[in-house]
Amino acid sequence: MDFQVVVLAGGTSKKLVPLVSKEVPKALLPVANRPVLSYVLEQLELSNIKDLIVVVEGADAALCVGGWISAAYVDRLHVEVATVPEDVGTAGALRAIAHHLTAKDVLVVSGDLVSDVPPGAVTAAHRRHDAVVTAMICSVPVSGLSEAGSSGAKDKTKKPGRYNIIGMDPTKQFLLHIATGAELEKDTRIRKSILRAVGQMDIRADLMDAHMYAFNRSVLQEVLDQKDKFQSLKQDVLPYLVRSQLKSEILINGAPQGQQAKENGNDKVSYRILANASTPSFHELYALGPNGSAPVRRTHKCCVYIASNSKYCVRLNSIQAFMDINRDVIGEANHLSGYNFSAQNNIIHPSAELGSKTTVGPHCMLGEGSQMGDKCSVKRSVIGRHCRIGSNVKVVNSVVMNHVTIGDGCSIQGSVICSNAQLQERVALKDCQVLSLSTSVFLSLSSNEYL
Amino acid sequence: MDSRRSSRAVIDPKVRQVGFFTSAPLPPDRTQSDPPDPIRSPPLADASSPGNSLSPVMIPPPRHPSDSLLRLPHSPSDAFPPPSPTTTTTSLGDFSDDVTAASSPPPAAARVRGRGSSVKQQGAASSFPGGGFEVPPSVKAPSSVPASGLTTVSVVKLPPGISVEVQSDRALNSKPLKEKTSKAERRAIQEAQRAAKAAAKAEGIKTPAVTALANAKSAKSTKPSPQRNDSAVVVAASEKKGGDRSVEKDRKKDVPHPRMQYDDKSRVQKLKKRSVVKPTEARNRVELFRHLPQYEHGTQLPVLQSKFFQLDTLHPAVYKVGLQYLSGDICGGNARCIAMLQAFQEAIRDYSTPPAKTLSRDLTAKISSYVSFLIDCRPLSVSMGNAIRFLKSQIAKIPISLSESEAKATLHSDIERFINEKIILADRVIVKHAVTKIRDGDVLLTYGSSSAVEMILQHAHELGKQFRVVIVDSRPKHEGKLLLRRLVRKGLSCTYTHINAISYIMHEVTRVFLGASSVLSNGTVYSRVGTACVAMVAYGFHIPVLVCCEAYKFHERVQLDSICSNELGDPDSISKVPGREDINHLDGWDKSENLQLLNLIYDATPSDYVSLIITDYGMIPPTSVPVIVREYGRGQLWI
Repeated sequence: MDFQVVVLAGGTSKKLVPLVSKEVPKALLPVANRPVLSYVLEQLELSNIKDLIVVVEGADAALCVGGWISAAYVDRLHVEVATVPEDVGTAGALRAIAHHLTAKDVLVVSGDLVSDVPPGAVTAAHRRHDAVVTAMICSVPVSGLSEAGSSGAKDKTKKPGRYNIIGMDPTKQFLLHIATGAELEKDTRIRKSILRAVGQMDIRADLMDAHMYAFNRSVLQEVLDQKDKFQSLKQDVLPYLVRSQLKSEILINGAPQGQQAKENGNDKVSYRILANASTPSFHELYALGPNGSAPVRRTHKCCVYIASNSKYCVRLNSIQAFMDINRDVIGEANHLSGYNFSAQNNIIHPSAELGSKTTVGPHCMLGEGSQMGDKCSVKRSVIGRHCRIGSNVKVVNSVVMNHVTIGDGCSIQGSVICSNAQLQERVALKDCQVLSLSTSVFLSLSSNEYL
Repeated sequence: MDSRRSSRAVIDPKVRQVGFFTSAPLPPDRTQSDPPDPIRSPPLADASSPGNSLSPVMIPPPRHPSDSLLRLPHSPSDAFPPPSPTTTTTSLGDFSDDVTAASSPPPAAARVRGRGSSVKQQGAASSFPGGGFEVPPSVKAPSSVPASGLTTVSVVKLPPGISVEVQSDRALNSKPLKEKTSKAERRAIQEAQRAAKAAAKAEGIKTPAVTALANAKSAKSTKPSPQRNDSAVVVAASEKKGGDRSVEKDRKKDVPHPRMQYDDKSRVQKLKKRSVVKPTEARNRVELFRHLPQYEHGTQLPVLQSKFFQLDTLHPAVYKVGLQYLSGDICGGNARCIAMLQAFQEAIRDYSTPPAKTLSRDLTAKISSYVSFLIDCRPLSVSMGNAIRFLKSQIAKIPISLSESEAKATLHSDIERFINEKIILADRVIVKHAVTKIRDGDVLLTYGSSSAVEMILQHAHELGKQFRVVIVDSRPKHEGKLLLRRLVRKGLSCTYTHINAISYIMHEVTRVFLGASSVLSNGTVYSRVGTACVAMVAYGFHIPVLVCCEAYKFHERVQLDSICSNELGDPDSISKVPGREDINHLDGWDKSENLQLLNLIYDATPSDYVSLIITDYGMIPPTSVPVIVREYGRGQLWI
């Protein structure tokens, strides 16, 4: 279908700093005991996309990610890993691999997207309108749904999230305005020319950019070449394309405007028949100018695909999102995880050992080789591989990664415990992140701290 | 050739009846004017409507079939002296001249382009660095950011470490795929033949060819076989025009072409199995129209969209056109036909014959698979059927000695020629004819939005004629609004009304110009729903009705009503009124058992109500349509 797929896997994100490390880059963070990148790759594989370019920031991270992909996807996908320096941003990453892009259009997917929206829907909308860029937007996830006791999590969600303001035309097909969270404090400026051409604009604040874009390759490369300053796709490239859609500065090769000058009369007629047959979008009407015989203005289309509410679509870009996704993937969006759930609606690996009177509630996951002592209770939590958990331990709304040792009588609520951590007896954790590397925890911690 | 002519001198009701079979030898809607003996009735008999006595329509002199047979190819230009010397392009001689001139040299540019692209691909591929994790940054970095190399970490077929370029990998993958499909293909053929035999036995001799054709069609779907395709080509292709015409094919030719009957459960199941779009069928279907495909609108588009990457065999251009048909971005007979042909042009440009296959066979199969995809998106129109038939005959005609690039260039120019001559040039000729019918002070009425009518109106305006236009429109598509906008912008004086007011507005009208999706050989005009209503009202007011239709939309089928063949639109679009949320009486209508909505797309206007058909071969009465179909609709004249 003449599409190339680029997965931007990122490096060691600063926003996730207690969780990610040199050994565990963002792309390999476990979500229900699988790296988050696998969700993207699997979704792409499901859509029959076999050739991928995965871009990783930083050489160390690239080695990790490349090693993992080659182990997990050998004979399934044809993946090429490109390494870019850190802090070049998403636009810089694409700039660095621009010379590898040859197809007509490029699909750029963020590696931290956990979603079941078929990528084909975005690309089809892109092709249908001959758009320059098509962005997928989804509704803002309701975070901190955890009702079982952790009020602290709710406080955390109240910190200003990255709100987007997205303006669309009434048919919800074209993107007219996009502003990211940082710009929200200022007044929102909307181009008068766009507003006049469209006539009506729907402005939504409950949608967000899902970081899945289809770009016209030549346009993308041109923009990246011309605008050296552009760092991020989301904050620079996309708003720029949206802003300039009615006074396009880019040369779209193959655009009807460019063709018409050199075509002879007959082709013009057939072009006109085609153009008359369809309901013109506001771009075409605007391009025609006031008297409307020949196009006088150059425009390009920025389309949008709105993921329906029934689809799951969340990005793993904060610790809260990490917890939410972990909860959802084994909870309400459990078709994503790829596991078979038991009758009790949980997953317990056959090699896991449970002590007597230990209960594992629904929406839980217990990795292979994990051992639990007596009288434990696990609710809405993910426990990784080869963990050793003593007796009388309560784990609620938490993520416990691999090879964690938890002493007797601990109580863990709303926390993330990274790999290889050790908790001594009678530790109470609430809304904490416990770093790995054999940290031994003796104290009881209350909230929002990490070790 | 001769035998065919004698059998088709006039409409042969025995062969032609499609919908309702009656024992009467004549089509019932002709009893008014025609003499009872069909053989004797001259094909160009004077039109029957009493409105003609008032109309300024030129009626050609009646002619005897015997002497008209030989002269007929030139008759339109003889009968209608061209209004200006420039219209000589209508004559046959000029057409064929154009044809040879355009077809003889295959443009060299196409070949060069093809080669150039392959070179570029290789270049791009070779710029991919080899495997291994340590990759030096590539030579030309576009910006300050150092370019990064790619590292192949996971390969599908080959062990990691070997440098595999994306392009070459694709090429490798494609080969085993082909072999696999050919196996399935063979099985499909076999099954189709077996099923055809069984069905023929079961149903007796009544409709053997129909079932064979239908089965062949379903076989074609999975992976079409080159041979079968030829016979099962298109909805419209009931006869073939290749050189080798076997007896069997002749028999097939005589029966009406098989139209899918959607109330036949087993066949629908079969169709669904092969369909790409996987439509959900609507529940509340109107009893009389159950044989037409009706699907839940709004379910097809997301399915097709999400399958974007699965449809590997489909060319992106074809996919795009299908998507646009499905979403309604392109509608209108000419536009759909042009869009389809241009997509085929692109597909042919990117086509390369797989090893151990011949171009003509493999390409025909390919085109057939594209066509069945397009049918899934929206039923084909007659014009598209004719265009596909033309393209396939051109592919079949390619001599095997021709190299691939030459053959592709030939096909490219053939399609170009079809668009230019059959659509664009034809429209120009129609405009020239029709403009002579517009006088100063006229009030012209048109319905919907027809590209030919629009050109006529614009041209007449450019000539400085003083006239007024009444645009009649209807829900739910409101196509007339777009026409209105364009005409008003050009400075024409227009009146816009809905079809409800047709009887009122008809008082002031002096001519009615209508477009058509197809003209059938009994003179029935098959067009946007509402056209028949407009034509009948005009007939009642003794106002001439002029139908503008390019000759490539003519079809030899006979249809007496708009039931047996039609298209159903989205019923939701008639239950909802845009901009009036308060009119919601039909919300949730699909839940109630005793309510069915019917949104027809087309209707059939009986020829009685049509005074004149303006086509690229001249202005003819509707009774002369079979002559055009017979003389110009044949394969030899499609060239």
